Amino acid sequence: MLIYTLKRLLQAIPTLLIVITISFFLMRVAPGGPFDGERQLPPEIEANLMAAYHLDEPLPMQYLRYMGNLLQGDFGPSFKYKDFSVTELIMQGFPVSLEIGGLAILLALIVGLPLGIAAAIKRNSTVDYVVMGTALTGIAVPNFVLAPIFALVFGVLLGWLPAGGWNGGALPNLVLPVVALSIQQIAYIARMMRASMIEVLGSHFIRTARAKGLNEGEVLWRHAIRPALLPVMSYLGPAIAGIITGSVVIEQIFGIPGIGRYFVQGALNRDYTLVMGTVVFYGVLIVLMNLIVDLLYSALDPQIRYDD
Amino acid sequence: MTSDTKPYSGEQAQGAPLPAGGPNPPRSPEPEADVAPVGAAPIGESLAKDAWRRLSQNRAAMLSLGLLIAIIVVCIVGPWLLPWGLAEVDWNAFGTGPTLENAHYLGTDANGRDLLTRVLYGGRVSLSVALVASFVSLVIGVLYGAISGYLGGRVDNYMMRFVDIMYSLPFMFLVILLMVVFGRNIFLIYAAIGAVEWLDMARIVRGQTLALKRREFIEAAHALGVRDTKIVTRHLIPNAIGPVIIYVTLTVPKVILLESFLSFLGLGVQEPLTSWGVLISEGVDMMESAPWMLLVPSIFLALTLFCLNFLGDGLRDALDPRTR
Amino acid sequence: MTQSLLEIDKLSVTFQLPNGPVTAVKDVSFSIAEGETLALVGESGSGKSVTSTAAMRLLPELAETSGAIRFNGENLLEVTPKRMRRVRGNDISMIFQEPMTSLNPLHRIGRQIGEVLIRHKQLKGKANRQRVLELLNQVGIPEPERRIDSYPYELSGGQRQRVMIAMALAGEPKLLIADEPTTALDVTVQAQILELLKSLQAKYGMAILFITHDLSIVRHFADHVAVMRYGEVVESGRTLDVFDNPQHEYTRMLLDAIPRGRKEPAPADSPVLLSGQDVKVRFALKKRLFGKNEYFEAVRGIDLSIRRGQTLGIVGESGSGKSTLGRALLRLLKSEGEIRFEEADISGLDKSGMRPLRSRLQVVFQDPFGSLSPRMTVGDIISEGLKVHHPELNRRQREAEVIAALEEVALDPSMRNRYPHEFSGGQRQRIAIARALILKPELLLLDEPTSALDRSVQVRVIDLLRDLQKKHGLTYLFISHDLSVVRALSDDVLVMKEGRVIEQGSTEMIFSQPKEAYTQALLKAAFLESEAA
Repeated sequence: MLIYTLKRLLQAIPTLLIVITISFFLMRVAPGGPFDGERQLPPEIEANLMAAYHLDEPLPMQYLRYMGNLLQGDFGPSFKYKDFSVTELIMQGFPVSLEIGGLAILLALIVGLPLGIAAAIKRNSTVDYVVMGTALTGIAVPNFVLAPIFALVFGVLLGWLPAGGWNGGALPNLVLPVVALSIQQIAYIARMMRASMIEVLGSHFIRTARAKGLNEGEVLWRHAIRPALLPVMSYLGPAIAGIITGSVVIEQIFGIPGIGRYFVQGALNRDYTLVMGTVVFYGVLIVLMNLIVDLLYSALDPQIRYDD
Repeated sequence: MTSDTKPYSGEQAQGAPLPAGGPNPPRSPEPEADVAPVGAAPIGESLAKDAWRRLSQNRAAMLSLGLLIAIIVVCIVGPWLLPWGLAEVDWNAFGTGPTLENAHYLGTDANGRDLLTRVLYGGRVSLSVALVASFVSLVIGVLYGAISGYLGGRVDNYMMRFVDIMYSLPFMFLVILLMVVFGRNIFLIYAAIGAVEWLDMARIVRGQTLALKRREFIEAAHALGVRDTKIVTRHLIPNAIGPVIIYVTLTVPKVILLESFLSFLGLGVQEPLTSWGVLISEGVDMMESAPWMLLVPSIFLALTLFCLNFLGDGLRDALDPRTR
Repeated sequence: MTQSLLEIDKLSVTFQLPNGPVTAVKDVSFSIAEGETLALVGESGSGKSVTSTAAMRLLPELAETSGAIRFNGENLLEVTPKRMRRVRGNDISMIFQEPMTSLNPLHRIGRQIGEVLIRHKQLKGKANRQRVLELLNQVGIPEPERRIDSYPYELSGGQRQRVMIAMALAGEPKLLIADEPTTALDVTVQAQILELLKSLQAKYGMAILFITHDLSIVRHFADHVAVMRYGEVVESGRTLDVFDNPQHEYTRMLLDAIPRGRKEPAPADSPVLLSGQDVKVRFALKKRLFGKNEYFEAVRGIDLSIRRGQTLGIVGESGSGKSTLGRALLRLLKSEGEIRFEEADISGLDKSGMRPLRSRLQVVFQDPFGSLSPRMTVGDIISEGLKVHHPELNRRQREAEVIAALEEVALDPSMRNRYPHEFSGGQRQRIAIARALILKPELLLLDEPTSALDRSVQVRVIDLLRDLQKKHGLTYLFISHDLSVVRALSDDVLVMKEGRVIEQGSTEMIFSQPKEAYTQALLKAAFLESEAA
């Protein structure tokens, strides 16, 4: 297990290397630079700035310098937020993004799994049709449509909840972004759970369990749910990635100071180091999440053992 | 590696077998008539026809198909029939709501441009992106997956390792970077989205190819001396096509969503072109004063996605051999 | 008859399918007395499994039942679900055909057996574990202390079926329903499981309802027998009476459906057509970037030769390498060693080198559902070889050949525009034979061609193969695990185990005086000795 984990972490190195390299050069070949701002800077000041940030060096040199700093855990200074280092910005934004994303995943599982199970048990009943119809709607209405509507309806028209802002993570401020972020994932998870539950309920070992004289509750709880969870587990990796991506929009709509916002603004502003920092950070995050999901999977399924 | 069995194993079970939970499936008591009765040479029902028959019995799927065709036709034909141009400004109507009086049936935007006209033009863009990008991902994915699966062994191993690496890239961010860097060009959108979405397709096709390769009819073809190219074209591809179709119906809505997501972030197509995502993004800004600007493109987008998903589910049920 | 334990009275089961109702069981009646064994016999689709599943009330919801199923006088079709759950696993237990999938893959077997004890015997903790160990011991699981904590995937098929039996015994039922419990197992394992069931029956004094398609098992195992066809019982009675004096024509046909007769030997001077020397096949299990790859040796050096007009039977259990050997001899798999076809060494030929020979070496596979491409019409499937080997033929000529080939396998040629899924298993196997025959091959590799078919269909396919051999002077390489079929068809037999030849000789010799212990065990397990040939 430990060896497997280490092996996976080693395998992640080339992945991250690719991410860093692609995004580094992509950023640099882009027209425009970080100091193209609103007002034209005098050439000598711009030259000084360029030199200060080593932007006057040849690209390969810059690349090596960046990699060297990265190895020491230094993401460099932000060009736009001049008083902050990228590390500081990420460390400020990440807890916020984590809170929103983590809660959204949790909500998606808490709501999605029981809905899927209920639809599978009551297959082809009204319950099933309602749940699956709602789920399809959830998939069909993207979160960047839902979020503003939520903000308008619950925030502005009804005034029940704040339509935006973070307010230090106060509960009322959390509700709308978390719900908006999780709805699509709820729909996906419910659909998946239903499908895999139906498959499991039709399997031979469920017939065996019934033949033992167990009641339906025991059959479901002891025999059906765990195997049905397996495919949903393996969807969690992509789901987490989806939540992270989604949070880019959600943070923008609700004005939440997470990292998603930094990324888009950074990219538009040619804030090289900030963009690089967020991409690398997300790359590591996704790799780690996939690893955790795989380890969880092996905990559920005894047939998968990561011995070597 | 467990990767090849992982994604979509649950999703594809959507059309699970009918009499689940039962013992041997109840067969119609057809005698194992070993020697066929004599009759006129009848034309058999191919699997495709069979699937179509099942699909046409699925009312929700057929309704979705009809609606989808209607949306496509309206997007193509509509702009010619409407009196307004894409960027034409009506100086008498700035931000007016839906009405029948001034031929702005779904209202105008803040610049006095006809919303219906813009939504239909935007639909052309969104749908064309869906079509082209899905096609790009289809071509890359099918070729990659078929080659990997058919060659097998070490080549397969490396090719799939590469896919695994690609999977763990934060792709969305690279696409966003790409759009920022190379400007908001529609061809770039086609290519970028297509390049992202081919991974799943490659995995599915590879899995299919591997499974088919072990099937006895492929072995029989080898035993007949059929050439490799013929085996691929005559046996492998026709038999792998079902899951591919199912997956394409899943890809198209994903692509539409991705495009509108990019457009929403301000990274999609550029003026004077527009797309549903762009319109939604504009609508959000005007949400409080002109809610129809958000609702109209959102409804078009949601309806299209809804129909595509319903159609996908129906196709999956119709093509899944287990429900046969 | 003594007082009956289970009495099935005019049971009918109808499935409400989307395309309309299908009646799977019609007015079935029979009864089982305490401690006796009744065999429910029938071919696929006869409704025998539906009947037994109905007795446990485990049918899916879209099944409608009528009639009565009385257990100790209580009609199980009318009791509450709660009462029914007291009956299941406690009064009536069931074991199934699919040992590989009938156990929950995520739970240890000890827990799965113990669950029955908790549910019906209120046995928990240490006492529970103690009883599970006892049960595992009784069903002959080696090292029960270790195995109790195994997961199903760590056990073989035979062991899993033993675990299923232990689970069924845990409630000490009065009736055990065994639904084809040995069908998925190798013959030698099959014999062990039957032996086990018999001894446990004596010990626990339970009645057994035994569902099977295999008449030789019935004769050895059951006191009474009921024969089903199309959802109805056509004949029932004491096993000996039914076997000795069958009343219904269907029973007679079933009893007759045992491959009989022997093959006329090929002329002694006929030349060797195909021979192999030290044929080896190995599969890479694990390919390493550095260091040695790991291999599994499926065929470990086999010598054989077949003369023109001969049939060589290759016999073995699953995993013995018999199919691999067959494919290697036809150069469908990479192998080491020498393979000669009519004196010429063909082991070095590449794909295009083999192509001209392909029309002379043909093959028929086991799975009638997997061996025909579902996307091609039967006509296209059969004529595919012609396109490769006789490109000079035009469409009409090919069509004529297809018609002739279909007629030869006794299929209606007008069916050639249909697709495989519209045909039954036996018909599909005939199509596969036609596909091979159209090329006028000299050697036909028959890889378990009848194993997936019902016995009555099997016999007709065997007759067809026999006639074709005679008519065209074909040479057969016949691979099978079914000894009765091999005996009826082959001149020589080769017994394989774990990639090696255990014994080799004329059919007569192998069947009457097997030398090796393994061959003897195989023959014994197949109940051949008692069969009046």
